[in-house]
Amino acid sequence: MSTYSLSDGIASGAPRLSRAPVLASWLRESGVGVLAGVAWIAFGLSCLWWEDLGDWSRTHSLGIAAFIVAAIALFGTVGADYLGSAGKALRQRAPWLVALGAFLTLWEVATAKFAWLPLPFFPPPQSIIEVYTDDLPKLLDSVFASVKLQLGGYLIGATVGFLTGVSIGWSRAVGYWVHPVLRFIGPLPATAWLPIAFFTFPSSWSASTFLIALATGFPVTVLTWSGVASVSNAYYDVARTLGAKPSFLVLKVAIPAALPHVFVGLFMGLGSSFAVLVVAEMIGVKAGLGWYLQWAQGWAAYANMYAALIVMALLCSGAITLLFAIRDRLLVWQKGTVKW
Amino acid sequence: MVTALAEIATPPAAGAALDIEQVSHAFDIDGAELPVLSDVSLSVEPGEFVALLGPSGCGKSTLLRLVAGLDKPKAGTLREDEVRIARPHPSRVVVFQDPTLFPWRTVWDNVALGLEAQGVLKSQRHRVDDALDLVGLSDFRTAYPHQLSGGMAQRVALARALVNDPKILILDEPLGKLDSLTRITMQAELVSLWQRKGFTTLLVTHDAEEALVLANRVIVFSDRPARVKADIRVDRPYPRHRGDPYLADLRRQILGLLGLDATW
Ligand SMILES: Nc1ncnc2c1ncn2[C@@H]1O[C@H](COP(=O)(O)OP(=O)(O)OP(=O)(O)O)[C@@H](O)[C@H]1O
Ligand SMILES: [Mg+2]
Repeated sequence: MSTYSLSDGIASGAPRLSRAPVLASWLRESGVGVLAGVAWIAFGLSCLWWEDLGDWSRTHSLGIAAFIVAAIALFGTVGADYLGSAGKALRQRAPWLVALGAFLTLWEVATAKFAWLPLPFFPPPQSIIEVYTDDLPKLLDSVFASVKLQLGGYLIGATVGFLTGVSIGWSRAVGYWVHPVLRFIGPLPATAWLPIAFFTFPSSWSASTFLIALATGFPVTVLTWSGVASVSNAYYDVARTLGAKPSFLVLKVAIPAALPHVFVGLFMGLGSSFAVLVVAEMIGVKAGLGWYLQWAQGWAAYANMYAALIVMALLCSGAITLLFAIRDRLLVWQKGTVKW
Repeated sequence: MVTALAEIATPPAAGAALDIEQVSHAFDIDGAELPVLSDVSLSVEPGEFVALLGPSGCGKSTLLRLVAGLDKPKAGTLREDEVRIARPHPSRVVVFQDPTLFPWRTVWDNVALGLEAQGVLKSQRHRVDDALDLVGLSDFRTAYPHQLSGGMAQRVALARALVNDPKILILDEPLGKLDSLTRITMQAELVSLWQRKGFTTLLVTHDAEEALVLANRVIVFSDRPARVKADIRVDRPYPRHRGDPYLADLRRQILGLLGLDATW
């Protein structure tokens, strides 16, 4: 009996509901896209409608660019079904486009148009764009200098840290000598060495490389060491009964088994080396984004500071993303790893 | 051409003799001594299939570790073909109670481990494929251990041992995790493999029936510290049948030795 009434209910309910779900699903899929378009049109209008309070040259271009983004958001999400994976990706990001458009509109109005926020400290979007267009060579030089310094220091620190960690984990004799040194010096923030490093090293560049390597090396060493030390004896037993020599045990058992730990160390090292990089550039090195920030502050060029901060954030995030990609490649065998 | 020559050049691996002479072993647990093996003597002929039965925790796995050369006994000696066992050697390969596959290696790479460690993988890749075929896991060669079932992992561990053509194959409950059907198939495989290759086999099992279907000889150990309680010959041709009254009789006898006479 109950089955009959159930199917009856479904049969009678179906025709009444048939129009609403179509509309609802259209709204769900494209509504946000339309909203994103509206938000960016609002941003464009906010740029062009009122006169700027200050003297900025990119306001007009920014407004046009906002309209272009609006058009892409609108047609991209509404017509997503014809655009394949790109359309799908755009649809997924539509809520973010709405938020971004709304934020930029608010920012534009609050700074360039009505100065609700005190002006020199809170520059409008167009002045940051202006930095990217007009001060590009200097900014690029800084990016290049920062990347070079960071990459060199990080690679040296990671390599030395990894080798030290494996040696301590593997050899009692090495552990006996290195462990106390590591315990004494390791926890000291690398920046504490700054004053000494800058007058003992031949150049500020080599001093900074050393400090970045130091900041990277400590976490990499400790985690590699703990990774190697925690490898289950059962793996060594298996390898030994199959005829493995000590070199095989280190290279093909200990290191691969410790690799997940090593990557935790590499991530921690990356974070702390960024901090050292910026401080070193602000204090000693006459190049790089940290120096650019310092320089911009000296000239009260707040737009340049924000522009440099955005680039710095992108670079750091990009470095972490790259490290995640490498880890995912090397540790495919692990299940359930965190997605960045 | 080259591989064919190599096969002719290597003589068929025959079994080795194993002599366990008055071996005793103990562990230190928080300063207190825990005796595990007490004066165990056992002489295994080349090519014999010996099953070791005993209560849980009596010291069977410990004895196998001594035979493998992973640990040194507190007293007594172990010899392989008259040579004292001092360290592990690929002529004695162990299939451990846990499969302990390397999680960072694919199934194929796990099986290739021994050949790689001995530096002969390049010329002998086909042996890895053959071993995988043997345990029926050729389709899973690129899978990682976490993608395998417990029984499949156990079979990979078996393939990883067999690929080395051991003289003494040491098995610590290798079929314990298999379902009864796969288990029976694998038992038959094991016997035919043993007959073909002629290696000496040491098999620890909890299952008296399994011991009787597979082995020439069944050793029953006492409770910890393990002593040899009985040494039973099983003179029956292969393939053996589970319903064989002779085996049923021996089984009753063995279960009696393990302290189960009242119920059986
Ligand atoms: N590394 C070790 N350190 C201390 N004690 C150990 C160690 N290995 C084994 N033992 C002890 O030795 C005894 C025998 O262990 P063993 O693993 O040989 O038993 P087993 O006969 O294989 O048991 P099961 O059939 O359950 O596998 C146990 O009581 C165990 O607690
Ligand atoms: Mg055991």
